[in-house]
Amino acid sequence: MDWFPLYNSLRIALIATFFTFFLGIAAAYYAAKLPRAVKGVLDVFFTLPLVLPPTVVGFFLLKLMGPKGLVGRWVLSVWSVRLTMTWYASVFAVIVVTFPLMYRTVRGAFEAFDPDLIHAGRTLGRSNTWIFWRVLLPGCRQGLMAGTVLAFARGLGEYGATSMVSGYTPGRTATISTTVYQLWRENNDGLAYRWVAVNLAISFAVLLAINLLEKRAGAGPARGEAALR
Amino acid sequence: MSLIVDISKKLGPFHLQASFETEGEVMGLLGASGCGKSMTLKCIAGMISPDAGHIELDGRVLFDAGKRINLPPQRRRVGYLFQHYALFPNFTVAQNIAAGLRRRDRSSRKAQVDRLLRALYLDGMGDKYPRQLSGGQQQRVALARILASEPEALLLDEPFSALDSYLKWQVELELMELLDHFQGPTVFVTHSRDEVSHFCASVCVLDQGRSQPKEPVNALFDAPATLSACLLSGCKNVSRARPAGGTLVECLDWGITLDCARAVPGGLTHVGIRAHFLRPAAEGESNAIPCRVLRVIDNVFSAVVMLATPGGERGFSRLRVELDKDAWAPLAGRDALWLQVAPKDVLLLQDG
Repeated sequence: MDWFPLYNSLRIALIATFFTFFLGIAAAYYAAKLPRAVKGVLDVFFTLPLVLPPTVVGFFLLKLMGPKGLVGRWVLSVWSVRLTMTWYASVFAVIVVTFPLMYRTVRGAFEAFDPDLIHAGRTLGRSNTWIFWRVLLPGCRQGLMAGTVLAFARGLGEYGATSMVSGYTPGRTATISTTVYQLWRENNDGLAYRWVAVNLAISFAVLLAINLLEKRAGAGPARGEAALR
Repeated sequence: MSLIVDISKKLGPFHLQASFETEGEVMGLLGASGCGKSMTLKCIAGMISPDAGHIELDGRVLFDAGKRINLPPQRRRVGYLFQHYALFPNFTVAQNIAAGLRRRDRSSRKAQVDRLLRALYLDGMGDKYPRQLSGGQQQRVALARILASEPEALLLDEPFSALDSYLKWQVELELMELLDHFQGPTVFVTHSRDEVSHFCASVCVLDQGRSQPKEPVNALFDAPATLSACLLSGCKNVSRARPAGGTLVECLDWGITLDCARAVPGGLTHVGIRAHFLRPAAEGESNAIPCRVLRVIDNVFSAVVMLATPGGERGFSRLRVELDKDAWAPLAGRDALWLQVAPKDVLLLQDG
């Protein structure tokens, strides 16, 4: 069994989640400061990839990054690099698709955060940067972790946009989900079942991780007290 | 040391108009919930920007709508004690206090934190987390953190609202001690007349967003000028009223006329009588009111008697009297009762 699809899926999901993590936090933080009307419009725009069919997202990305697209043509002419039908094209697709999950989860955590803690920091003379890193982010770490795990899980299973921008080339762009589809088309049920099993194992591990995180969150104070003794 | 506040702010149907000036004293900001007390404090601290007006602390302009001055909270040097203290939950007590320190050199930081821990009776608690402390201890940490930031004014937002009542008196004593040492102007927000009388030298009543002129605390209790001030000062018996010539007032809700032994101002709209100034009397005595007993509520050391007046037995027509158990004992069981009030104890009130 060739393990390339597993390796490729993992690297795409990990790299994309890394970028989604920071982009989602930044978007949630700055969107909260905008006037209400602008925030509403921006919120719709940021959440759109969540409700759009992934194939539509893939279509837009192809139009943008393809060799004839605005960005794709420029990158091709300057660096002679093709953006589509490569494994890293999937990274862009997965960032776009997972961004709303991170953005919305973090925004919810920011909105639930006690504003008095931020006010307190400011009246004590602390900079907004200090408050963001030392008070706001630690206070929202449950939301940050939940958003990250959700984004990673979604990214790992991404099929629609990935298959459009990266296609299916064994050993180059194949991911677990595109491989399962390809094996089914080839009537190779035996191998398809193996990849399905791998996929199930990963999903199981991710869900288990989420549950463990939630349990630890619930036991927070007790843990602190134990550490003190 | 002075704090000058003259601001207005509209928020939906609510309109805040607060104006007062205070020296290095503890000034109470007294009002019912939703009257804009906390909003006023937040404007002073810079968390909310007023629409118009001027805020000045010790000659430093913190806010001026006309000159477009609006200092960020960081540069106002105003200490704010939050209702729930707003301690950073992920910081230890010592780290919370250090977060307030303005000077950055490490060696003196530890010394200063230790000094504040001792000053606020928090020795040995530096490594604990806020959630491991009692309400009173949390409040002391919050105060230590504020003092670390060397504020020029203190704003206290209902400092006892998050405490159990049996803990309150002890925390009150500790806060009094601390406020004795603080030189700058202090604004104490509360809806409790007791806290005002315990802590404050002067008081400003805030009624539905409008502030009334600041007055000494005893003036509020001896002779409140307005209906809202009278109710906030704890007076339970009020009646609509109009001048009835000379020193007489006609009490419309109570259906009687009382002598107040002084000239009745023309703008009079209400009168008030504190529950403990009503005394049992004989029929026909001056300023005696014929009453019918509606209900007796037993307190631990006293009896609260609800009475119907000639004006009726509903709403403001009723009178509420509080008598010691001993004074009530001989009267218990009676249906009708005469109550008397000394002319000087009739509070003359205006609308507002």
